[in-house]
Amino acid sequence: MEAQKYVWDGAIPLQIHLHESQVTTLPPPPPALILAPRIGYLPLLASLLKPYFSSTLPPGVDTIWFDYNGLPLKWYIPTGVLFDLLCAEPERPWNLTVHFRGYPGTVLIPCEGEDSVKWSYINSLKEAAYIMNGNCKNVMNMSQSDQLELWHSVMNGRVPVRLYVWSVSEDFDDLEDMPKVDSWEKISYINRPVEIHKEDKCFTLHDALKILVPEFFSNDLMNVKSAGVDFEDALRIPSEDVSSDKVVEDHVQNAYEHREACSISSSAEIKLIRIQGIEPKLEIPFSWVVNNLMNPDYFLHICVCVKVPQQNST
Amino acid sequence: MMDLLHWDGTLSAKDFRIGAVAFAQKWESLNFAFPPWVWVPCPKHPWLASPELLQEEGYLSMEKICISRLNEEDIDQTTQIDTDEEEASCSGNKDVIDDATLVQRNHHELHYYDFHIVYSNTFRVPVLYLRAYCSDGQPLQLDEIEKELPTCSSKELSKSKWTFITQEEHPHLKRPWYKLHPCGTGEWMKLLFLNDTAQPKFEVVLELYLLSWFSVVGQVVGLRIPFKMLNDR
Repeated sequence: MEAQKYVWDGAIPLQIHLHESQVTTLPPPPPALILAPRIGYLPLLASLLKPYFSSTLPPGVDTIWFDYNGLPLKWYIPTGVLFDLLCAEPERPWNLTVHFRGYPGTVLIPCEGEDSVKWSYINSLKEAAYIMNGNCKNVMNMSQSDQLELWHSVMNGRVPVRLYVWSVSEDFDDLEDMPKVDSWEKISYINRPVEIHKEDKCFTLHDALKILVPEFFSNDLMNVKSAGVDFEDALRIPSEDVSSDKVVEDHVQNAYEHREACSISSSAEIKLIRIQGIEPKLEIPFSWVVNNLMNPDYFLHICVCVKVPQQNST
Repeated sequence: MMDLLHWDGTLSAKDFRIGAVAFAQKWESLNFAFPPWVWVPCPKHPWLASPELLQEEGYLSMEKICISRLNEEDIDQTTQIDTDEEEASCSGNKDVIDDATLVQRNHHELHYYDFHIVYSNTFRVPVLYLRAYCSDGQPLQLDEIEKELPTCSSKELSKSKWTFITQEEHPHLKRPWYKLHPCGTGEWMKLLFLNDTAQPKFEVVLELYLLSWFSVVGQVVGLRIPFKMLNDR
């Protein structure tokens, strides 16, 4: 239970700068400091950010959007997932730029505020319900306890998973030196359920990943090790620690110190696996990962960093 | 082999690929008015150098379909709108169609549609994605599409509990496209085949799957398959 509470309370400190093109006052406003829930979505911060920047904004219609290092952020991806994916070395606070004009409609799906986010969330929930239960119906009419029950019945069947894969071409001693993601083209998005069979009591995170991205695992893999939060540590996470993020940070620090890459097939190598900001060991039972680290939309969002050899063409 | 009675109406990814090829071949062989469907392979990881490691994913594509749906009613209305904006002198006269204005409007209003048939891992069925744009590439919004494809309107779609349109990111192209929601597809696909008194084997079902699917879904976007194509088995 601790890990679950932990996930729900997890937050990311953001430092949000208004894009210079929309600053009409001198001196420019200081950035907004916000603790954003990991399991939330960025446009929901509009209710805080609009009033904060309102005196500076030029007149006109507002449609909020964010960018990180110039990359427009997909608003329907949970905040925590964006952070795990785009910040190799977790940046605290995470510096983002907010825009209220010039929505990049060719790159981002339109977002008309809170309703769009709610709609997107409900669609995901329906999709997850379909994966787990075989139909979309009635998910919204279910009580909380029924929804939980729906979830617990899942372990015999399909688990909703969203996997985000990004690649680097060389090893980096320091994650800070990793090249920043400058285009969504560089990230593979795999939206595919993972099947668990009831008789398979020892289905691990490793097994799940082998199903989703078999291309990064070779058949004769003998030694799979990755440091990170292991099962026992995860269970011992103290509940009295209110700033749960700090505890995560400590664990992550340990993980980086002892990290070993998973050794795999000759062409690619997994360097990093992040779920809810932590790096679970691959031997952890997948059911535990899913039960404790899933998002409110019942999807498990997994970020994977892969090293691929230097391309010599294109 | 697969027992049709216990079949849930869905396909595996591999079956989708087989079915897609069969569909494209049938479509082309019948010399239909529309251009052929093309299979577009999509690397799972565009940045990975060794694509031979991966089972190829992809989708069917039929693009740049020009749909013009101007009927008499629309022409009148169109002219009126134009005259209100541009020539005050002609306003109010419904019987006279200003050809010059009509031609000009036609020229501006040529709309193109791209259709993609993409496999959904979640629902295990094909999904229709579409987008529309003007000749200058300017994308059309849903309300404009609904005007041209009345069966595509949310009002029409909500009549059938099986369909509605959402705007989503195309799973391969990563751009906003419109998608005909697939929830329920498995169910009505199963019904389509269960009604077949011939009780075909699954291989036959697979060959006909996309054709049958499209005969339903295509109507929503104003693409009707001639009856003879459906009967040709």
